[in-house]
Amino acid sequence: MSDSDTTSGEIRAFEPARGEADHPHSAVLRFGADMPLQLDAGGVLTPFQIAYQTYGTLNAARSNAILICHALSGDQHVANVHPVTGKPGWWETLVGPGKPIDTDRYFVIGTNVVGGCMGSTGPSSLNPATGAPYGLDLPILTIRDMVRAQAMLVDHLGIERLLAVVGGSMGGMQVLQWAASYPERVFAAFPIATAARHSAQNIAFHEVGRQAIMADPEWRAGRYLADASSPRRGLAVARMAAHITYMSDSSLHRKFGRRLQDREGRTFSFDADFQVESYLRYQGEAFVDRFDANSYLYMTRAMDYFDLAADYGGVLANAFKATKTRFCLVSFTSDWLFTTADSRNIVHALNAAGAPVSFAEIESDKGHDAFLLDEPEFFAITRGFIDAAARAVGVN
Amino acid sequence: MSPRDLAIKDLKTHDLTMREAARASSGARVDLLLIAEMVRPGSRVLDIGSGDGELLELLATTRGCDARGIELSREGVNAGVARGLAVIQGDADIDLADYPDNAFDYVILSQTIQATRRPKWVLEQMLRVGSRAIVSFPNFGFWRMRLDLLVNGKMPSTENLPYRWHDTPNIHFCTIRDFVDLVDEVGAGIERAVALDASGHPVRFNLPWAVWNLLGEQAVFLLSRKG
Repeated sequence: MSDSDTTSGEIRAFEPARGEADHPHSAVLRFGADMPLQLDAGGVLTPFQIAYQTYGTLNAARSNAILICHALSGDQHVANVHPVTGKPGWWETLVGPGKPIDTDRYFVIGTNVVGGCMGSTGPSSLNPATGAPYGLDLPILTIRDMVRAQAMLVDHLGIERLLAVVGGSMGGMQVLQWAASYPERVFAAFPIATAARHSAQNIAFHEVGRQAIMADPEWRAGRYLADASSPRRGLAVARMAAHITYMSDSSLHRKFGRRLQDREGRTFSFDADFQVESYLRYQGEAFVDRFDANSYLYMTRAMDYFDLAADYGGVLANAFKATKTRFCLVSFTSDWLFTTADSRNIVHALNAAGAPVSFAEIESDKGHDAFLLDEPEFFAITRGFIDAAARAVGVN
Repeated sequence: MSPRDLAIKDLKTHDLTMREAARASSGARVDLLLIAEMVRPGSRVLDIGSGDGELLELLATTRGCDARGIELSREGVNAGVARGLAVIQGDADIDLADYPDNAFDYVILSQTIQATRRPKWVLEQMLRVGSRAIVSFPNFGFWRMRLDLLVNGKMPSTENLPYRWHDTPNIHFCTIRDFVDLVDEVGAGIERAVALDASGHPVRFNLPWAVWNLLGEQAVFLLSRKG
């Protein structure tokens, strides 16, 4: 196991995702053969590494650490400029000095999940056995595998118990898994816009995305990196389809309506006449420049396989039996991907388990993406929940 | 036990409670202090319609209770969460069904039963989810209400109940006697009952229900599941 400080990874134009894969612009923790990652699929991943960012200062009692778990398209760059896109961190609205998760008070950890493409071991990482990128030779990973790897990082940082574990969507799944796997290590769990299992509809959307990638001839059975190629079209289409599911009908209407893109009238062609088409194409293109197609396959699969109750005899409440962790769940009214009903299902299980749980449904027309956007009510409950947890454990 | 006996029993404890209340001088509502006093220390409590969490915090800090809330408004939930309380945004008329049997020692419904769509169902659920229920409500049999209706011929509107008939959330008003009938109907036992007069003090006479029904502006009942 070894640390390396922020290193400069050359970004190679023809394979952008590889740029951060082995030597990211992040702290990296490397686990050698003596510390393999046990996998749900059977076997181990070894050696492997985790890329992470930290913000703020760990206090002497090591009691003010908050772990942020990212969603499908996120990474460890929670609150700093992204090294590939140059854009602000994906949760700078929520995390930072004076923000609801206040880095002046808390030690905040962002990590890239295993299976990702921003420096934690994933399909674009070099396979030491072959010297080439893993591609599909990487074993299938689960949410629980991701969390197990995070726990090894938290161990390394010398943190016995996290003040809070926070995340939305796939990040929320990790939060639930943390609370189920390591109840004594999580004082407060904050799963946002998530579910205890992926629905058939959501699996179906993911399958569309995967098929788009795999139908791209440049995917080359997952070996595109070795061939210096990239299934750009397929990944872009996958992102376009997924992006629709992150928004709501009303937010799409409010943003674009039926407005035309830089033109007076219809062109009677298949050009991007409508603003919404142009927007989706841009979203798809921008994603391809920072994300690895195989990572997209692995991470969507991990979400599909997530069914927390199934690991506990089919009874979700059993996942939280006798837990002392305090929970707060949040859903958004217009989120049709991870609905209020999904959150309430978790709340009922926590009630049945006797766990202290709060729940709020935030009014928003921004769909699933609302958890990443400027939502004052959401910020208010986040600040309230985190600060109350900090008071309870004596963090100033 | 007759109301007369209940009142005698209450007098002893409640004189003390009111003194405590005065000492506390925390600005807490009198009916909330009265409810808190009815709850055995260290119990598991569910407060339905927990508002900003005032009663929950009172129960947690002064009675050492594991106190949880259900609250309809998100503002209320946010306020409760910021106090470090466990509050779920939800609707008593629907969400009580999702709680397991015997999850709590007490389920509290403070000044809210008149705003539920299904008061009887709610009361039954309370006594399923908890072994005891505490219900406080405004008494529509209070003499001023009766006088108001008699003299003015209009739906009464008071300081505590300032709404007009068409914009009130209070859709199921009852009197103390009506409530006692409902308690009978759902087969619950009355362990204690206190009527509070207009100044928020317990009605200090050992009198039959009919008199309480006149003099009490509001009432607090501690109920238990029979059998």
